[in-house]
Amino acid sequence: MTNPTLSWNVVWDVRQLLAYPFMMQALLAGTIAAVLSGVLGWFMVLRRQTFAGHTLAAMSFPGAAGGALFGLPGALGYYLASVLAALAMTRRGSPRAETPGLQSARIGLVQAVGLAAGFLFLSLSSGVLGGLDDLLFGSFLGITPTQVITLTVVAVAVLGVLACIGRPLLFASLDPELARSLGVPVRTLEVGFMLLLGLAVAATTQITGALLVFALLVTPPATAQRLTSRPGWSLVLSVGCALVVIWLSLGAAYFSIYPLGFFTTSIGFALYVVALAGTSLSRRRERIQPA
Amino acid sequence: MITNAILQHALLAGTFIAIACGLVGWFAVLRVQVFAADALSHFAFTGAIVGLALGLDARLGLFVFTIACAMLLAALGGRAHIDDLAIGIAITWVLGLGVLALGFFATSSAGSGGASAANTLFGSILGLDAVHAQFAAFIAIGVSMLMLVIARPLLFSSLDPGAARARGVPVVLLGVLFLLALGGVAAEATQAVGALLLLGLVAAPAGAAHRLTTHAYRGMMLSAGIGVFAVWVGLWIANAFPNIPPSTAITAVAAAIFVCAGAPTSVRRWARRTDDGQSTATDNPSPKIDVPSARYRPM
Repeated sequence: MTNPTLSWNVVWDVRQLLAYPFMMQALLAGTIAAVLSGVLGWFMVLRRQTFAGHTLAAMSFPGAAGGALFGLPGALGYYLASVLAALAMTRRGSPRAETPGLQSARIGLVQAVGLAAGFLFLSLSSGVLGGLDDLLFGSFLGITPTQVITLTVVAVAVLGVLACIGRPLLFASLDPELARSLGVPVRTLEVGFMLLLGLAVAATTQITGALLVFALLVTPPATAQRLTSRPGWSLVLSVGCALVVIWLSLGAAYFSIYPLGFFTTSIGFALYVVALAGTSLSRRRERIQPA
Repeated sequence: MITNAILQHALLAGTFIAIACGLVGWFAVLRVQVFAADALSHFAFTGAIVGLALGLDARLGLFVFTIACAMLLAALGGRAHIDDLAIGIAITWVLGLGVLALGFFATSSAGSGGASAANTLFGSILGLDAVHAQFAAFIAIGVSMLMLVIARPLLFSSLDPGAARARGVPVVLLGVLFLLALGGVAAEATQAVGALLLLGLVAAPAGAAHRLTTHAYRGMMLSAGIGVFAVWVGLWIANAFPNIPPSTAITAVAAAIFVCAGAPTSVRRWARRTDDGQSTATDNPSPKIDVPSARYRPM
């Protein structure tokens, strides 16, 4: 087989792309990951919990190192680390007792402790963790069918739960005070969402790496929320953007020598910049033209 | 223990970095910018790799890149407050650039990219020689001095940007200066003690200090003091138990102090709840910081 070459014939290109089974697995896993993170990231960005999401992504390091040290089966380490971090990051006491600054200190501390624990596990097992690069930047090309099945199961479960709590969660995210006064269990929703986010990030990081999952979690929802303020459309747009990002970058990485992580982050960032420029331009035009 | 040269260097660098991190961290918590500190440490990581990929000195690349990114964050944030989202997007993109640079670096120089990346990420406070330790201490002292000089106006502009601006305090400039200090600490600490330790030393002592006191200057000193204590005890633990990496020990001590600092409040709240059987209506609602004197003269 020769190296794949890009031509102007799109059908031929796509056929080339699908020629290998590993590419099929990668596309499948990428699609599921994009849908999952497009939806959860949308809520995360809406709730301004980017820092928490970042910390959850970082938990893949202690997860992997701890799993290797204690000999946990499969990907249990990832889920354990993520869930523990999610629980540790949720606010204690009444929402007014902890200031936003202290809350961000708590999140930063959870990240530091998680990474420190990972470092300890790594040095206790006195080994070099196989492929630090894979851990950070993902190994999209070595995905097994079992991993895809696990990812699908987790995605269905997480999205199912989210579908049930979606409406109150949206309400609680937009106006927590009003929601609380109307009897919505704001705090339970907060913890529940953090757990869902933790599960989703843990499932996705194993495939995409700690860096990529964050690129899928942040930029597509940010783009979508920039473009429209209607929740439904914005959610659909967020998933759409995530799919575009992952498909384009998988294709680009396949045909070029540069790493996938670079394409994912750059395409996502480009989408966001275009959305930012477009909306600010149209807003300025509206302001200039008399109503 | 102190006679050991490696430990001496670690103590020298660690102590001053802890003081700088404590002072900067206190303001980072007050201004809700801990995420920015985290982001800057990631940028430092990328900067080191970019420097290596371009064939420059890793430290030079790291400093230039981190300071540039601090300016970029300040520009993105515009006014006093930086959005979480802007930082998140900046992190993803910059790390993406880092991946690209790592790719170049790994292909260009027989690729020990992963190993050096791990070194940058985790640093090793016990691997400093005399020159590096002194350099780290100098930078940390410089940042601490800067923080002490701008502490008063920065405090005012963090607590009430509107009033500060009306009084003629250069709020935007102070915000930029603060981010520069944060960038300096991040760049220095990342290469001296590792990105991991930076976040622990910025978030934990400052968080604990904010939990313990609402008095501004007392809080700053407490934050720096807790940082120094964590470094000393952590180094002692790492020295006594060679299996435990020093950064893990220091982070663990700092985290324990943060958790303990929350205990008095929790106990008080619990006692109050059991006393009168109703929810706590008198939790302090907002960052209540006692400003030393009500009068404020512009710089």
